[in-house]
Amino acid sequence: MQVLKDLLRDTRFRFGFIVFLVLAGLSVLSFFSPYNPYLWNQVPRDLPPQWPHILGTNSMGQDIFWKLTFAVRNSLIMSLIAGLVSRIIAMIVGMIAGYKGGTADRVLMFLSDSFLVIPLFIIIVLIATMVKARLSLPMLGLLLGVFGWAWDARVIRSQVLSLRERDFTYTALLSGSKALAIVFKEYLPFLIPLIFATLIGNMSWAIGMEITLAILGVSNLDIPTLGTMLQWSINYQALLLGYWWWVLTPVITSIFLFIALYLISVSISEYLDPRMRIQRIGQA
Amino acid sequence: MNFVRRYLLPRLITYFLVIWVGITMIFFIPRFLPTDPVQQFINRLVAQGTYMDPKAIEEMTETLKELYGLKGSLWEQYINFWKRFLKGDFGPSYYQFPTPVIILIKQSLPWTAWLLLVTTLLSWIIGNILGGLAGYFSNRRWVKILDGIAMVIRPMPYYILALGLLILLAYIIPIFPIGGGFAIGMQFTFSWENLLILLKHAFLPALSLILIGVFIWFQAMKLVVQSVKSEDYVKYAKMGGIEEKRIVRRYVIRNAMLPQITGLALSLGQIFGGALITEIVFSYPGIGTLLYNAIFTGDYNLLMGVSTLSILLITTSILLIDLLYPLFDPRVRYR
Repeated sequence: MQVLKDLLRDTRFRFGFIVFLVLAGLSVLSFFSPYNPYLWNQVPRDLPPQWPHILGTNSMGQDIFWKLTFAVRNSLIMSLIAGLVSRIIAMIVGMIAGYKGGTADRVLMFLSDSFLVIPLFIIIVLIATMVKARLSLPMLGLLLGVFGWAWDARVIRSQVLSLRERDFTYTALLSGSKALAIVFKEYLPFLIPLIFATLIGNMSWAIGMEITLAILGVSNLDIPTLGTMLQWSINYQALLLGYWWWVLTPVITSIFLFIALYLISVSISEYLDPRMRIQRIGQA
Repeated sequence: MNFVRRYLLPRLITYFLVIWVGITMIFFIPRFLPTDPVQQFINRLVAQGTYMDPKAIEEMTETLKELYGLKGSLWEQYINFWKRFLKGDFGPSYYQFPTPVIILIKQSLPWTAWLLLVTTLLSWIIGNILGGLAGYFSNRRWVKILDGIAMVIRPMPYYILALGLLILLAYIIPIFPIGGGFAIGMQFTFSWENLLILLKHAFLPALSLILIGVFIWFQAMKLVVQSVKSEDYVKYAKMGGIEEKRIVRRYVIRNAMLPQITGLALSLGQIFGGALITEIVFSYPGIGTLLYNAIFTGDYNLLMGVSTLSILLITTSILLIDLLYPLFDPRVRYR
């Protein structure tokens, strides 16, 4: 809680956090939606924003505001799955590589280098194309999770490398602790903030990927997400027809979401790096 | 000799290993997925209303399997795939049927290569200069303004930024063409006029790429410079009375360049992925458009061809940078 309080002193974090809370609140609202997001023709089509349709309606006869609540919820859930899966992989790889060193380190880092080097985007598109219709939301999250860990594993590894040199490691080793126990019991508390910062970065990457995949038409377009909302509006030429509220809603929401996640992650990583922290206090 | 054994050799080995891992992944992933490209192709023919008797279908299945390299056991397919790959043969494309994939790629490559090479390099140079200066003079007003702009543009998904530019500069203020690489139906013959048209079509896609690229490099460079700035040797140089301009140019920026050079290699390799969205938004011809068509028509061979090429491109650019690295960083030279 003290950490949160410290972080909230940073304007950027405060802004990001509030925007994020608003969006999270929006996704909770989806549980109270009067409409089913999968059904068409529930409200009059193509209405500009007006009461009771505060963000207007689209050409499929859906209320944009309530559709948006589902879209935000689904995008967040998907990115959370992706983030958690890739965090688990990154943690295991990073910790083992960092602690064991030697051959294990070399093999694991070669693996993560390969993941950094191969054109992941194209491979994800390749996979998504081939399973297209069957790609459910958790599956998409899992897919992005499996491919999104490499960089963060490196970050965690370098942190473990520096922890390994500290005194308490030797104390623990000399008093007979097992290597794994040290890594998970002693190092984890140091790594948690780092893992949290990379989690947010990874979530934002996953949401961006989802939007891109939807625009390419390779994700499951029936599921309401920020990407598929945008894809449908472009598909129906909403801009040319002048239905700006249909296009702008997902665009502006996602811009806010990206900026919020970005500010939160920048703010946390600066908080973690004391050198940056001093500079920040100096400026304030 | 020490250089070859301790520096060159490990890097060459990694280079080939990574290519092997990447291409093996591209080979196996489609084969483990529950879709059958041959069946898909035949289904499409049948759905279009073509009548075929069962025998013809069977023959066709065989031929297609042969063409797509899906004949025999997984191991045989794998060996065959490598044999063909080493000859530069990716088989025929689905979507423009008898044309080999490699020819389609050759036709599209120049468009992508020139657009993305120019924009990647330009944004790298501009971003680094701006970032370097901003990192050094981090309390100036213009730095804070640039920082603010970077914070909004940087996290924006590229697709949305590009779409916004297109709406603004092609629909609302129609200065630039809505899309295409060249005026429709024109044959390209070299003349200054044609070159101008070519540039006009490339302007918006280039602008969008440069805009987002500059701010990515700007932020990275600014962070590095800020930390280099507080190193002892910079303080020492200042105390020694060396001109500030010289410190920035010779000591700070030079040292901060190293991670940026690695970054350049990585981003050069990501060109094909980046091209995909750009070329779709601005309907620009090139590898991205080719890839998009491949995705839509389920063109298996073409997808494999483009992915393989992009693996080769990225690993090679990283290898080259790795080999040139000792030229920039004396600390690596005699390791």
